[in-house]
Amino acid sequence: MASKTLTHLQHLEAESIHIMREVVAEAENPVMLYSVGKDSAVMLHLAKKAFYPAPPPFPLLHVDTTWKFQDMYKLRDKAAKEAGMELLVYQNPEAVERGINPFDHGSLHTDMWKTEGLKQALDKYGFDAAFGGARRDEEKARAKERVFSFRSANHRWDPKNQRPELWHLYNARKSKGESMRVFPISNWTELDIWQYIHLEGIEIVPLYFSAPRPTVERDGLILMVDDDRFPLNGEEPVMRSVRFRTLGCYPLTGAVESEAKTLPEVIQEMLLTTTSERQGRAIDHDQAASMEKKKQEGYF
Amino acid sequence: MTTPDPIYKTDALIAENIDAYLETHQHKTMLRFITCGSVDDGKSTLIGRLLYDSKMIFEDQLAALEADSKRSGTQGEEIDFALLVDGLAAEREQGITIDVAYRFFATEKRKFIVADTPGHEQYTRNMVTGASTADLAVILIDARKGILTQTRRHSYIVKLLGIRHVVLAVNKMDLVDYNQAEFDKIVADYREFADSIGIEEFTAIPISGFKGDNITGPSDNTPWYEGTALLPLLETVEVEDALEQAEPFRMPVQWVNRPNLDFRGFSGLIASGTVKPGDEVRVLPSGKTSKIARIVTFDGDQDLAVAGESVTLTLTDEIDCSRGQVIVAAQSPLEVADQFESTLVWMDEHALLPGRAYWMKIGTQTVSATVHEPKYEVNVNTQEHLASKTLDLNAIGVANITTDREIPFASYEDSRDLGGFILIDKITNQTVAAGMVHFALRRAQNIHWQATDISREHHASMKHQKPAVLWLTGLSGSGKSTIANIVEKKLARMNRHTFLLDGDNVRHGLNKDLGFTEADRVENIRRVGEVARLMTDAGLIVITAFISPFRSERNMVRSMMQPGEFLEIFVDTPLEVAESRDVKGLYAKARSGELKNFTGIDSPYEYPEAPDLRIDTTKMTPEEAADAIIDRLIP
Repeated sequence: MASKTLTHLQHLEAESIHIMREVVAEAENPVMLYSVGKDSAVMLHLAKKAFYPAPPPFPLLHVDTTWKFQDMYKLRDKAAKEAGMELLVYQNPEAVERGINPFDHGSLHTDMWKTEGLKQALDKYGFDAAFGGARRDEEKARAKERVFSFRSANHRWDPKNQRPELWHLYNARKSKGESMRVFPISNWTELDIWQYIHLEGIEIVPLYFSAPRPTVERDGLILMVDDDRFPLNGEEPVMRSVRFRTLGCYPLTGAVESEAKTLPEVIQEMLLTTTSERQGRAIDHDQAASMEKKKQEGYF
Repeated sequence: MTTPDPIYKTDALIAENIDAYLETHQHKTMLRFITCGSVDDGKSTLIGRLLYDSKMIFEDQLAALEADSKRSGTQGEEIDFALLVDGLAAEREQGITIDVAYRFFATEKRKFIVADTPGHEQYTRNMVTGASTADLAVILIDARKGILTQTRRHSYIVKLLGIRHVVLAVNKMDLVDYNQAEFDKIVADYREFADSIGIEEFTAIPISGFKGDNITGPSDNTPWYEGTALLPLLETVEVEDALEQAEPFRMPVQWVNRPNLDFRGFSGLIASGTVKPGDEVRVLPSGKTSKIARIVTFDGDQDLAVAGESVTLTLTDEIDCSRGQVIVAAQSPLEVADQFESTLVWMDEHALLPGRAYWMKIGTQTVSATVHEPKYEVNVNTQEHLASKTLDLNAIGVANITTDREIPFASYEDSRDLGGFILIDKITNQTVAAGMVHFALRRAQNIHWQATDISREHHASMKHQKPAVLWLTGLSGSGKSTIANIVEKKLARMNRHTFLLDGDNVRHGLNKDLGFTEADRVENIRRVGEVARLMTDAGLIVITAFISPFRSERNMVRSMMQPGEFLEIFVDTPLEVAESRDVKGLYAKARSGELKNFTGIDSPYEYPEAPDLRIDTTKMTPEEAADAIIDRLIP
């Protein structure tokens, strides 16, 4: 009898597709959170596969901070169009009004644009299920979060009261007002993501590849001067050959000096590197178990 | 501080030929395993060691780890690998892992997903969860302590969840001077126990997670051990793909893909077997047959799909098929039944209520199911069978389950995907139990349903009436019995054959063995429901007056009756009013604490969300209420 052995990536792909289809079958109004990063790119690609030949039967939601890299905005619009999906962009009106920015407002920036913005957007459209691209290998608190993760009506996560997930069975039932965050790529690692992007030829933001970019160095981080809102305190931007391992708001995302211009070179560099992925992000360094606190408050 | 060199270094290949490296790694297979043991057995240390040795720990994490080890570690100046994997803040403080955490690492040959679960008895449900997806179990034993109660418990769960590969890791060999005799004795003891619970094969390895002996390669400290080290074993254990593909084809339909009128595909994860275009298939439970037309994927049509793949199938015929149904090989269909014997693992703080209806999710179908009183509960430590009327949190037992319709299924032994299920509380939506189907109970072989020649329709037509149940629910003292009495008198005058079942009266006879606990209240209503059903079969109009405080039981009774025959009548009297009347003096007793579990006082009343009729007793006299009910019954 014909048979074949599935690779780890084929197993992961099948699992993610299964999860997405369960949500579409059981939720009333699902949405996919799309942050334009490499994990989002993989998640969107998997969604196209899951529902082919139909387009994914839900919109993409970008909770925008207005401070993303220009290249990210470009790819965002292009990717949504190519997938045949509606793109919803949400900006917290209070943050817009108060001009919240990462230079003057510190952690308030993440709190208002992202945490509050996300809650507002979900409430505004009445989404009852939101796909997110979080992976369990990113951080200790995430290692224990379920694939289907429930949020109370005020968006809180209760790590002590999570539903057991057995076999391929996901319990998606919820009461009115409750919602769920669903993480279809929970079991992927950073290396899996890169290998899959390589194997499937998925388009990602060019910022992941090295190029000469205008940068300044601050608090040990190499920051890219992506537009003229970057306040230069007498500093002169220096052209450096840099790339980014993760993408967020450009004033908060540290670049690494690199010569990796192709995907295999990026993977090569990642494998030989000695620091973990989240190190370039300011958010985790605040205090021990900071991610767990943020998650309980509703951060994705 | 000692920092052992990571052994699984592939840096050379990565640096020299990244394309060759990627090519190798794209063909890796995947193994999911679970580690069983407690912190005391060095479980977290072992996992931390595997992550470290397979180079999954980066320098910044290592630096943090070294600092953490000094602050709160338990290994003195050595690196405390356990700190790497103890996740949530609360757990770190208590020094125990209290949930299921998933860890990832990879070697040249495989990607591994480790389910890390706590070992104590109060976390049995967590271990069951972790075990449900594992292909292999590593059972850890402390070489100084040998086989303990928890070893037996873990092994029993591993066997119960059908994990095929078992590794007995005898840990902390460094603390018994790598003594072969100690190791051999533990292995012999374990073999005897394993035989007794049906674990036929296992591999025993002497290790030290802390020192690294026999983890990635043979240790010089155990020259007497000729077997493989742990990681090479994990890399070479046969994965389940081949076994699953050799089974007959089964795919639960997850979603019907219908982008336009020209395309109708059935999407799902293949549970077992293989499928090709042209294969004859059958859709269950309907039993309709067709042939596979195409296997549609984003990357083009496939000529073969196998167990473990998520695909979309189209059929050559337009037959009815929707979510919850199962597409199977036409020549070897699944059984279809509505009564099963199953093992249940209870996972909720609220104990099992036999007779209550729960949602049962099995494959992609969700049906309503009631669990009967357990046949027995299993003592997870000794595997003895105990008599039990319910199952509490973490209890494992065997019980019969009845579903509200026939469903296709397999025994759990044959298929995890088609024989494993969860039970969901209909009110809280919590996952309350995991279950494993043993076999179907064929009603015909067990309780024979006596076919009678005179049908219920015949009974009803002799009485010139349509049978019905007028179900009055409401607080004690709301006026149910008074109204029910008037209704019956009026119907009798209209020449209708009725029967009044009154809560107090039934408790004098049929239900005199029942008290007022939640479980007894459920059983009380179940029995009354069954009696009412028999009476409607006899053609009667049944009037009942029961507090019946729980929504799910009222719904259960409704589901027993023919559609339209059950009328839920909410006798709505506010608590203050009922209490001020207090005809039987019960509220006073409840308030004084003399009477426990009294509805409205210290036991809940769940208001009907959509009753067929609501009687507001503050606005209507009992006469008017009775007329309203009769108008609703005979318009």
